Amino acid sequence: MAFSCSKILLNDDLSSDKKRKCTLIPGDGVGPELVHSVIEVFKAANVPVTFDMFFLSEIQHSLSAPLDAVANSITTNGICLKGVLTSPDYSRTGELQTLNMKLRRALDLYANVVHVKSLPGVKARYHDVDVVIIREQIEGEYSALEHESVRGVVECLKIVTAKRSQRIAKFAFDYAVRNNRKKVTAVHKANIMKLGDGLFLKSCRDISTLYPKIEFETMIVDNATMQMVSNPYQFDILVMPNLYGNIIDNLASGLVGGAGIVPGSSFSDDCVVFEPGARHSFAEAVGKNLANPTALLLCASKMLNHINLPYYGDMIRNAVNNVLKDGKIKTKDIGGHATTDEFTFAVINHLNVQ
Amino acid sequence: MPIADDRRKKRSSVHFTSLCFRTLPALATSFTRICKNWQFCVYKNAFGTSDQRNIKEDKLKEKSQESTIPHGLLHKHPFAKKVTTLPKARYGGRHAVTMLPGGGIGPELMSYVKEVFKYGGVPVDFETVQIHPTSDSNEDLEYAITSIRRNGVGIKGNIETKSLDTSVISRNVAIRNQLDLFVNVVHCKSYAGVAGQHQNVDIVIVRQNTEGEYAMLEHESPPGVVESMKVITAQNSERVARYAFEFARKNNRKKVTTVHKANIMKLSDGLYLETARNVAKEYPEIQHNDMIIDNCCMQLVSNPHQFDVMSMPNLYGSIVSNVICGLIGGAGLLSGRNFGDYYAVFEPGTRNTGTAIAGKNIANPIAMLNASVDMLEYLNLKPYANTIKLAVEKTINEDLIHTPDLKGNASSLDVVQNIIRHVQTLSVKW
Repeated sequence: MAFSCSKILLNDDLSSDKKRKCTLIPGDGVGPELVHSVIEVFKAANVPVTFDMFFLSEIQHSLSAPLDAVANSITTNGICLKGVLTSPDYSRTGELQTLNMKLRRALDLYANVVHVKSLPGVKARYHDVDVVIIREQIEGEYSALEHESVRGVVECLKIVTAKRSQRIAKFAFDYAVRNNRKKVTAVHKANIMKLGDGLFLKSCRDISTLYPKIEFETMIVDNATMQMVSNPYQFDILVMPNLYGNIIDNLASGLVGGAGIVPGSSFSDDCVVFEPGARHSFAEAVGKNLANPTALLLCASKMLNHINLPYYGDMIRNAVNNVLKDGKIKTKDIGGHATTDEFTFAVINHLNVQ
Repeated sequence: MPIADDRRKKRSSVHFTSLCFRTLPALATSFTRICKNWQFCVYKNAFGTSDQRNIKEDKLKEKSQESTIPHGLLHKHPFAKKVTTLPKARYGGRHAVTMLPGGGIGPELMSYVKEVFKYGGVPVDFETVQIHPTSDSNEDLEYAITSIRRNGVGIKGNIETKSLDTSVISRNVAIRNQLDLFVNVVHCKSYAGVAGQHQNVDIVIVRQNTEGEYAMLEHESPPGVVESMKVITAQNSERVARYAFEFARKNNRKKVTTVHKANIMKLSDGLYLETARNVAKEYPEIQHNDMIIDNCCMQLVSNPHQFDVMSMPNLYGSIVSNVICGLIGGAGLLSGRNFGDYYAVFEPGTRNTGTAIAGKNIANPIAMLNASVDMLEYLNLKPYANTIKLAVEKTINEDLIHTPDLKGNASSLDVVQNIIRHVQTLSVKW
């Protein structure tokens, strides 16, 4: 039965208690510039979201907000928009865990989703790519368990647990169900790490039996990278352990136009952190006004869809797509000369505020 | 053993009862195939020693423990029903919920729920699974059950089973049995704006949901004599009784009434009653009494205010919940909750399909919306649940917008639009 309802009251005066709060972490490098772009666009679109801003950084330790405060804020708000945190190669305190990892563990952000999708008007190696990469990001190689038992011999432990592997596999399949996707490919290296990756693979296979309508296949990680660059169209959803995910995220992002345009998100049971898909802080460009805000704007759009504000989410996404499609205003990374601000204003001009 | 044997096969084979016991295959040439099938069943039932049965149980136990994910149908294997849970389908604060619209007015009501959720900004994603009512295969059904297993929560309309083939089981019963949803809770609370036979009724019915008369064990031994088994187990009776008392304790209820027919069914209902009495001893602050079902029905229509929480076996629950629903305003108002150890399914309280009024825009959307409110409460989304609940109450009690079943003249859409109007003005505080 067709259903028609009274007209949507979305733009009516929204009292402050109807506004949703969102934690905002600008991050390092060009993060603050990009976050500024998002704030401007939100203001122009009259989005009913207010921000709790926290400066969190590992390389500028003394300026950083305490991790607990940030984690608490994200737990209460349920959503967070985050720039990229640089993880230095050295450790200031001798601790092996990076700030990024600490935040993920504090919030149990176990699933990272990067939606690699070609954008209109962006010249890249491939067009019409549409791949979702789902990565376990709590355990595996990122467990921060390394030691030197005998001098000159370092052991780095990669932890794989059945519980977390099942959880990520179920996340991937549920993502497929919710987004009408057809296939899930598990990426692994179980031919070499027969026990570790073997457990991951078995968990994926177990979970796949619960989803008879979704095709399941497996691929070894080295082959997967080759297939990704030669024929990315064969993939739909990829699910993989931590390190492989990190590599393939970046590889796939490169295929469609680089780190500046691919959005990502990290899920726990209760909260989501939206952040760029390929995590590069672009520190070389700080203050030069030339970074591309597309990735963070698309993150913001996804965030609005997540909290049931699709009207605003779609408005921002369409505006970004139209600016890119016009091709008149492009930042340097996608072959133009426009500045970050120019791009932001172009997006604002394309917003369809009613 | 197949879930339900073909009745025709059985009837032809019962003539050979005595022969089959002596296993004289030569005499049964034309019925060999049929008899073999039947013989096998009889052999297992009649001669299966307790040892053999234990081995079978152990194997099932092992099976359920070694695989972390339940496979296949667990119907009628009570010892295999306890399975390890899967992670809940809850990501970033959004829940995935299986939606089974069912037949009749189900699909309409579900579209109203979706619409209200949209305007309320409820963070729930529905996975809709349609079970075809005329289909003879159980494929859709199995998929629906799998879907509830992975999401943990379902909302359903009444699913029709039109097939007359005895091997096609009732879908509603199968869902409850296979997910081990052992208890059904219907909160019968009258609305001030609805003129029922009685006002201010507030009764909670806790009903055993998986065994009793609904065990689906029926057979015709000699022609013309059909036996239907009612199964009562101490384990399930205790679970239900405990649920009732825990519910009473948590919700500050004062009394639990156990409904039974132990004067006639001294063993089965006797077990149910005795178990309830034993459990009651652990809850001294809650008053416990019992009542025979026929008397209970009479008391309900004459003075329903004497009841608080009621606990009963399956069939009585079906009858009593319909009686009370009728007293306070009919099938279109109340919602029912089915709980197991791991899963929960929400549905309209009286489980009517409403085929006659389907597509006429007159079905009462309140029952399904109340089911969705129950679901939101279960998912711990209280602010959203309260908003919708309040909007529903305002529509019924203050605006008095009623569908024809409540002697009103509003259409379903009028009711839903009014509810949406309230949902929009009531702010959801995040």
